[in-house]
Amino acid sequence: MPAPQQRRLIFAHIDEPGYTKDLACYLKHGGYAVMKKAFTRKPEELIDEVKKSGLRGRGGAGFPCGVKWTLVDRKSGKPIYLIVNADESEPGTFKDRYIMHQDPHQLIEGTMISCFANNVKQAYIYIRGEMPHGARILEEAIREARDANLVGQNILGSAYSCDIFVHRGAGAYICGEETGLIESLEGKRANPRIKPPYFPAVLGLYQCPTIVNNVETLCHVKHIVDMSGEAYTKIGTPNNSGTRIFCVSGHVQKPGYYEFEAGKITMGQLLNEVCGGPLPGRTFKAVIPGGSSAKIMRFGERYKGKRKVGTEMVDYDWGVEDVPMDFDSLGMIGTMGGSGGVIVMDDTVNMVEALANINAFYSHESCGQCTPCREGSLWMKKITTRMVHGDAREQDATLLKSVADQIPGRTICAFGEACSWPTQSFLAKFGDEFKGYADAKKTKVPAETPLI
Amino acid sequence: MNLKAETLKKIDEVITHYPVKRSATLPLLHLVQEDAGWISTEAIEWIAAKLELPPINVYEVVTFYPMFRQKPIGRRHIKVCRTLSCALVGGYKVCEKFEQEFGCHRGEISADGEVTIDFVECLASCGTGPVVMIDDDLHEKVDATKAVALSEQIRQEAKQK
Ligand SMILES: Cc1cc2nc3c(=O)[nH]c(=O)nc-3n(C[C@H](O)[C@H](O)[C@H](O)COP(=O)(O)O)c2cc1C
Ligand code: SF4
Ligand code: FES
Repeated sequence: MPAPQQRRLIFAHIDEPGYTKDLACYLKHGGYAVMKKAFTRKPEELIDEVKKSGLRGRGGAGFPCGVKWTLVDRKSGKPIYLIVNADESEPGTFKDRYIMHQDPHQLIEGTMISCFANNVKQAYIYIRGEMPHGARILEEAIREARDANLVGQNILGSAYSCDIFVHRGAGAYICGEETGLIESLEGKRANPRIKPPYFPAVLGLYQCPTIVNNVETLCHVKHIVDMSGEAYTKIGTPNNSGTRIFCVSGHVQKPGYYEFEAGKITMGQLLNEVCGGPLPGRTFKAVIPGGSSAKIMRFGERYKGKRKVGTEMVDYDWGVEDVPMDFDSLGMIGTMGGSGGVIVMDDTVNMVEALANINAFYSHESCGQCTPCREGSLWMKKITTRMVHGDAREQDATLLKSVADQIPGRTICAFGEACSWPTQSFLAKFGDEFKGYADAKKTKVPAETPLI
Repeated sequence: MNLKAETLKKIDEVITHYPVKRSATLPLLHLVQEDAGWISTEAIEWIAAKLELPPINVYEVVTFYPMFRQKPIGRRHIKVCRTLSCALVGGYKVCEKFEQEFGCHRGEISADGEVTIDFVECLASCGTGPVVMIDDDLHEKVDATKAVALSEQIRQEAKQK
């Protein structure tokens, strides 16, 4: 089956010749019309639209946005904050970057609608420190919007006031985790908080109810309010409504960002047709489907089981190429859609070396609060790096697995899972390569592109 | 602290963005680092006083976040992405190329004081790897040729100074 056409909702104007990031251009393309209309409606109606839409968060976990909003404590009388998670730091993910750099007003409009719906008076955009231009672009866009009375005091002459400020991170991945982010915004080390009791919806920023949503999620809100939640469910597949942006990197002919209806395209169509297939003379070996913490998939393996289609249970027997790109299908086969970062590796890649690269990342980024995460990520890095640069032993595979298995479920935040899944899945799918690495090294020519 | 008038103005403005002063810790560190080049003990104490915090609260932040530096660096800061997507398409080689060009190892300042070279983690531009940030600017698809050209450009600027 040929791949479907891209459906560009969020990326409609990305890379469009002549489309600029200023307010004038955004207004010319119908900008802020949805917000104006939204402000004439009741906030509860807007939350209902988002609930009906089935929108799932695009930051990684895929949690339903409407549900998240209903969990917000509205009885405490404390101010409600909204934080835009623009930390974009999961390796393999590079979608929010383009929204913020090329279409900042789309994000501001989505944010303001979400603020109005939730009676938020102050929003912060937490942008990663390594995007200094992005931060300046957003600040300039907010200034333009404020001057045009689209943000700030008595917006569009109404009684509603809400401001947005940009807050820059400083190079720590853990600031993407929502409670780490909140600590960071409070001016502290980004040590994630224990849940319960610190659910952001109840005890978030300054111990006030707080909504944390990803950049892309908030852009979807604008389109949902525009077309109605009902209409939005018609895009994508049941329980995976809307579009998804896939960020493809690594060993394909045409890496890049592609927006499709969720679940309407398979991994094979995405990699072979949309991305032009493997590099000349090479074949695909493995793919990580949802950012570097998602479990790796091995080309050639089969996934079998039963799944729900409509009301019926049907058998499936998929190769990697056949898996539909949506949260549920990827979850069903033991990995995840995560943040949409698809990292492709071909037959030139040695899996021990690739894992050593990933482990170096997690060991660098652990915040250090929990012993299993801090020590485990460090040891997984030390072992895999030693295997590559020093001695490799057959028993390293078992040792690695035992370290990885002792982390998840024993930590304060989901980083514990995120750092153990790569090691667990690399060993499950490529265990032989780890066991045989010592032997393979004796005859192996040095890698043309070192990974560690 | 000897900060530019403009920096001081920005500092006073940014503090107003938050209901709690401590929240301005990261913004102030960024502003001071942009102005002074790095974060000295004096800077930590100055910021702490400004935000009415014990200096340890600022110090612990400086030591947590990789972007804050407690030492001066070269005139330009070359940050090569080390993470998987970039590594798969040659990130490590690109870093080596810069090291050769300036005769120093990652983590060091070159002998002429021109550059500091560092490995950094994923810069969220994995589709156009290998990527390199030189100060605030992102350079995409940096292969050996492009690394040499960028290095040459940096050396030229130095001569014109
Ligand atoms: C270790 C870790 C890193 C994360 N990094 C990011 C990130 O960079 N960007 C992001 O939007 N969400 C990130 N998340 C998810 C956030 O915690 C949070 O779930 C998300 O911002 C919620 O937004 P959404 O519901 O719109 O997806 C991360 C989570 C963890 C555990
Ligand atoms: S799991 Fe890791 S990153 Fe998360 S709080 Fe614990 S030590 Fe920090
Ligand atoms: S891996 Fe280099 S930018 Fe993401």
